[in-house]
Amino acid sequence: MTGPVNGAINGAAAHPPPRRAAAPRPARAAARAAPKEAASGRRTPYPFSALVGQEEMRLALLAAAVDPGIGGVLVFGDRGTGKSTAVRALAALLPPMRAVRGCRYACDPADRAGCEDCRARRSRGALPTHSLPVPVIDLPLGATEDRVVGTLDLERALAAGVKSFEPGLLARAHRGFLYIDEVNLLEDHLVDLLLDVAASGENLVERDGLSIRHPARFVLVGSGNPEEGELRPQLLDRFGLSVEIRTPEVLADRVEVIRRRDAFEREPEGFAALWAEEEAATRQRIAEARGRIGAMATPVAILEAAARLCLALGTDGLRGELTLVRAARAVAALEGEAAVTLAHLRRVAPAALRHRLRRNPLDEAASTTRVERAMAEVLGA
Amino acid sequence: MTTAPPKVAPGAAPETGAEAALVAALLALDPVGLGGVALRGPPGPAREAWLALLRRLLPREAPWRRVPPGVADGRLLGGLDLPGTLQAGRRIAERGLLAEADGGVLLLAMAERLPAATALRLAAALDTGEVRVERDGLALCQPARLGLVALDEGLEEERPPVALLDRLAFHLTLDGAPPDAAAPASLRAARARLRRLPPPAPAVIEALCATAVALGIASLRAPLLALRAAQAAAALAGRRAVEAADAALAARLVLAPRATRLPAPEEAAEEEEAAEARPPEATPEAAPGEAAAQTLPDVVLAAARAALPPELLAHLAAAAPVAGAGAGGEGRKGPARQAARRGRPVGTRAGDPRAGFRLSLVETLRAAAPWQRLRGAGGAGARIAVRREDFRVLRLRRPAETTTVFVVDASGSAALHRLAEAKGAAELLLAACYARRDRVALISFRGSGAELLLPPTRSLVRARRCLAALPGGGGTPLALGLEAARALAATERRQGRTPLLVLLTDGRANISREGRAAGRAQAEADALAAGRALRREGCAGAVLLVDMAPRPQAFARDLAEALGAPHLPLPAADPALLSAAVQRTAARLVAGHGAAA
Repeated sequence: MTGPVNGAINGAAAHPPPRRAAAPRPARAAARAAPKEAASGRRTPYPFSALVGQEEMRLALLAAAVDPGIGGVLVFGDRGTGKSTAVRALAALLPPMRAVRGCRYACDPADRAGCEDCRARRSRGALPTHSLPVPVIDLPLGATEDRVVGTLDLERALAAGVKSFEPGLLARAHRGFLYIDEVNLLEDHLVDLLLDVAASGENLVERDGLSIRHPARFVLVGSGNPEEGELRPQLLDRFGLSVEIRTPEVLADRVEVIRRRDAFEREPEGFAALWAEEEAATRQRIAEARGRIGAMATPVAILEAAARLCLALGTDGLRGELTLVRAARAVAALEGEAAVTLAHLRRVAPAALRHRLRRNPLDEAASTTRVERAMAEVLGA
Repeated sequence: MTTAPPKVAPGAAPETGAEAALVAALLALDPVGLGGVALRGPPGPAREAWLALLRRLLPREAPWRRVPPGVADGRLLGGLDLPGTLQAGRRIAERGLLAEADGGVLLLAMAERLPAATALRLAAALDTGEVRVERDGLALCQPARLGLVALDEGLEEERPPVALLDRLAFHLTLDGAPPDAAAPASLRAARARLRRLPPPAPAVIEALCATAVALGIASLRAPLLALRAAQAAAALAGRRAVEAADAALAARLVLAPRATRLPAPEEAAEEEEAAEARPPEATPEAAPGEAAAQTLPDVVLAAARAALPPELLAHLAAAAPVAGAGAGGEGRKGPARQAARRGRPVGTRAGDPRAGFRLSLVETLRAAAPWQRLRGAGGAGARIAVRREDFRVLRLRRPAETTTVFVVDASGSAALHRLAEAKGAAELLLAACYARRDRVALISFRGSGAELLLPPTRSLVRARRCLAALPGGGGTPLALGLEAARALAATERRQGRTPLLVLLTDGRANISREGRAAGRAQAEADALAAGRALRREGCAGAVLLVDMAPRPQAFARDLAEALGAPHLPLPAADPALLSAAVQRTAARLVAGHGAAA
């Protein structure tokens, strides 16, 4: 075996070959200064296309990539099923985006609003643009609030005595994805804050003598294991789609997961190269779907079916219906169709609705079964 | 087949001394790949000797760090170096233990008491091989490729968090025997061989996966870790490729301790696997020597079966009635974790000390430190300028609180028989609850409904009065009583307390969920459904059913099973026994809470 490696199953990150004898370091050697974006980008991520099975999760993530308006994805399920691997692999699939050059929030040049800076610059003339990868930002466990929302730039404050804002993770996630592993264990006040920003698309900072607002539109992706603790019920339906993920039952699938994982760890670049073609095809699919979704026809019958389904399930509010239709449109776009059909609706209904059901203590059926039952009743077999 | 330094025949009963030495050697070969070991056993010479052996086998320059119990995030992950920052007048980052242990081994003291949050931070580092910090105005990403030695001194019920165990290849119990002295002197050659090993034969992966399935191991990390163990074993034995013996050894060391069920009997297993795993075709390196007669999955499974802990069967059997305590332990872990999220201190947070919180002076100074130059302190009065936004307050640890909910059947049938006796038993329990500073609540059901007679309180007097005045008579709306109990349990759990339900009934349900006299069959079906709902709510293992009927009925036992509750018939159970049962359950709940918190 090449590098001794530990990673989440099914992927995550590969590492360089084993380190040569490193010189012993002084116990508390300080990593001088703050290397802001420490070199973590070198690592080859596990290719999204090389995931085995887990169709529902993959579809949900792709749909969110096509239409960020779907409003976030929650992945809940067994340990070691590649939840975080899939989300982290998504970054490589996203087509690059145009952004205002020199804008710290990577504003969209087509967006008339933008951040304060961009508005001021726009009034003086056309904005220079460049192409950037779509950010997929990981919110590490133990992150403090100041790093999430942003705070006073200490370096500049100390060195130059200038009061300036240092953007946090929310700013970095603008126009991309913000990923929270173990979202059920995140402190409540952080979850509230994230959901609030995700819903309003704007981060408002009032701290350390600063008063700043900047755009922060991102797709929130959370994952977790229900055994570690449930997510607060009032947070559940703030996610657009909710996916349940299980360990593959078929032996052949399990073998394939281990085989690919081992091959990836031996030679990350080589393994990624094997999948490069499929990755490129998926990237192309996302780009085309985005172009198609604006003109996607949504027949009245589909809207009616969605409404009847939600009515039958007694989901609260209109959010379920809206998400259901949006997700169905995204899936139709991914499949190159010109119009949404009932088949698309069926495919996304469990993910769009299962976390919006009122709990019925005497109905023992799992929420997925309830959605399927309602589909059979309302939409016919 | 070359002889390995520690010789192990597949299927042989493990010799603990040799096995412990073998685990140390394998782990020293590939600490990062194998994740580490959960080392169960009391502190003492055996453990010290094992650790010394591991340390000797690791490369000399590999770091060796120890995580103290209750380590703070700043020390574990890294953060702001306070003296350095003050001195330099700019931010200086401090490496945490995880980054310091990069390339070596991290010892985790008292892993069985590890908070869930810390376990997940460690798990994230094991998964990604790096530690990411977004704290104290710092954003860092440092390599943290390490092996973890989780020292587990737990008693019967205590175990390190599952999220961590899942990522550690070996779960080793030291039974006092010192590790075998026959451990290899140096692993240098083996390390070089490990790097050159070719990809494993498909048959090896299939065998390991099939064995994991046969043993009821859900997580895919298990077969992956087993594969790495097999690779390390091959390198250790001087082989150029993974062979059957290596896979068998890996199954024994990595898979067997994770088993949640016994593999199906020989014949059935053979058929199943022959169908599923497709016996290896033409894999010359996979099945040579003595194993040639059998297919690889059989060899591997046999090895794992031979190593199954003898108490597994007893364990599984014992787990069955007390629902959920077996594999995942979701029954008591759910509420415990929930409570842990609320009650446990996560260190400090920004906040106003006047609002009744306690000020943490050090953390406040730490927060103020980097600002001093900017605020112009140090000049005139050499005073430290602390502003309101620097205030850090302590988050206090809240001890695990239990609320014992009495759900009392006060129907005519129960009253006729022995409501008085039930009251007596409940009084005894009340006294026990009082001694433990529990809160108690009382729900009674009779006629056509259930009623919360006493909301959760610490007042023993009120509880006693309430119980004594409990009126009896009417039908038995058992389902409604259980539903009321479920609602109250959910409320208590949301507030960070662990509910413990004591259900006193004769089980003669005759009122349906709608509160109508709907016949026994309907009423019983409703009660069973409500019981299962209660169990799903996470109350499994936290319910006691005290049967007040003069002759216990089968239905009460069914209900106890649906609830995942022990069934204690009152005629046989003297009040002292009953009280002991409650205390035992409560102790287990608290222990579960401790392990999680």
